[in-house]
Amino acid sequence: MISSVKSQLQQTGEVFRLFQQSLHGMFTAPFYWGRLFEQIIHLGIGSLSITLVIGFVTGLVMTLQFGYGLAKFGGTLYVPAIVSLSLVKEICPIFTSLLIAGRIGSGMSAEIGAMQVTQQVDAIRALGTSPTRVLVVPRLLATIISLPLLATLSSFVGILGGLIIAHTEFNMPVGFYVNKVLRTIKLVDVFGSMAKCFFFAIVIALLACYRGFKTSEGTQGVGTAAQWVVVRTSIIILISDFFLSKAIILLFE
Amino acid sequence: MENILEVKNVFKSFEGKEVHRGVSFTLQEGETLGLLGPSGTGKSVLLRSLIGLDIIDEGEIFYRGKRIDLLSEKQFCQIRTKISYSFQNGALFDSISVFENVAYPLFEHTQLKELEVEKRVMEILEVVNMADARDLKPSDLSGGMQKRVGLARSMALQPDILLYDEPTAGLDPINVEMVLEVMKKFKAQGFSGVFVTHDIPAALKICDRVVILKQGKVGFSGTISEFEKSTDPFVQSFLTGL
Ligand SMILES: Nc1ncnc2c1ncn2[C@@H]1O[C@H](COP(=O)(O)OP(=O)(O)OP(=O)(O)O)[C@@H](O)[C@H]1O
Ligand SMILES: [Mg+2]
Repeated sequence: MISSVKSQLQQTGEVFRLFQQSLHGMFTAPFYWGRLFEQIIHLGIGSLSITLVIGFVTGLVMTLQFGYGLAKFGGTLYVPAIVSLSLVKEICPIFTSLLIAGRIGSGMSAEIGAMQVTQQVDAIRALGTSPTRVLVVPRLLATIISLPLLATLSSFVGILGGLIIAHTEFNMPVGFYVNKVLRTIKLVDVFGSMAKCFFFAIVIALLACYRGFKTSEGTQGVGTAAQWVVVRTSIIILISDFFLSKAIILLFE
Repeated sequence: MENILEVKNVFKSFEGKEVHRGVSFTLQEGETLGLLGPSGTGKSVLLRSLIGLDIIDEGEIFYRGKRIDLLSEKQFCQIRTKISYSFQNGALFDSISVFENVAYPLFEHTQLKELEVEKRVMEILEVVNMADARDLKPSDLSGGMQKRVGLARSMALQPDILLYDEPTAGLDPINVEMVLEVMKKFKAQGFSGVFVTHDIPAALKICDRVVILKQGKVGFSGTISEFEKSTDPFVQSFLTGL
């Protein structure tokens, strides 16, 4: 029990150390622009369609449920506000982050883990370069850049999906819906969500890279590492979301 | 001659398992030192320690008279352009081509223009007989071919010292000869090397001196002729084939 707490603390310390090294790597030469670009394409563009689909479908189904659910109390008029608020503030940031944790986080740790067990990470060091700069910094930055944008886009198409259902299913005028949404969602809400995603991105990329480097038990270890990352990051995302939301509310509302 | 590398009383263990228990040897400028020993005696670990990939528990390592075993990871980067390690398994980057693997250290550590890098890479690939494979990915190569590319990559920067980890193991006789030729050429240019191998005839051809590890210590150290003439049963067992 005590030893497990101790190893947890040690791990946390190591993750922070990796973060500190990465920060240093971000702001000092050499910086690998090509690798950053590659990663943005890989994880940002590569995840674009699936995040858009998820956002859109969530918008459709939420509008449908709230539309009928609230109709009983004559609350259909509140649907645009409720749907857009929940999409922008919680559902899209969380869904997108969990998706990226599953799709990208596991892939990152498996990739770095495979490099670790085949001594490619050692080869990076042996050739006089730093694995943190070569592998971690581009992945961390790419996730930080991509995730908030993906989540925002996802919210946008979600609201669009809501509009389609509100108009076709509940005969809500397009102008009314748009007007309601614009009056509900403030810029600070969008930025608040992006800030949360910014934090989640750091958690995903950092834990994935960290666990990748720690992979040691051969091929099987690569799979275990990927699992570990998905489970850990998902839990951290969900728990920290509560506290981040609370903090944002305290600060801005 | 000057000692280019000096290893003094090195201790290293992994999770309580002792690998080195006081290993000392020197490498002189321009010579090739054979490092022999039964499998698992820590030859690879010793080479890795020399460039800080593994950190030794005790002892000292000097490169050109300067102590290097206490350097930080960042300071070691500089040393690693001078002392180059050719991995036992090649350790090629599998997401990029053979050409890009060999070009990697050149782009990282030299100011060479793209065309000059290309010229240099093709020269080295020519030497290890892998020029035709320049655009292939490492996964398309056999183990022996990967090893030769790994050797080419570790030579790209023309280091002072090359640490060869079993460069001939798993190669066919023709390519063994070719790798030995490469090592000879490298030596003829005045560079030093540490040659880890189980291939005694190859060691006899290339090395000036031999160090044999035995249970975490140096079991034998001497020139090639001392090695061949030794009557020590342990040394004999090496000479007559393991
Ligand atoms: N990272 C590590 N963690 C734990 N033990 C290790 C590690 N690296 C090496 N060892 C152990 O150190 C010992 C020496 O390993 P090493 O690879 O240096 O042997 P070797 O002499 O190169 O053998 P071979 O001739 O088979 O290549 C082995 O028992 C190995 O299990
Ligand atoms: Mg070995």
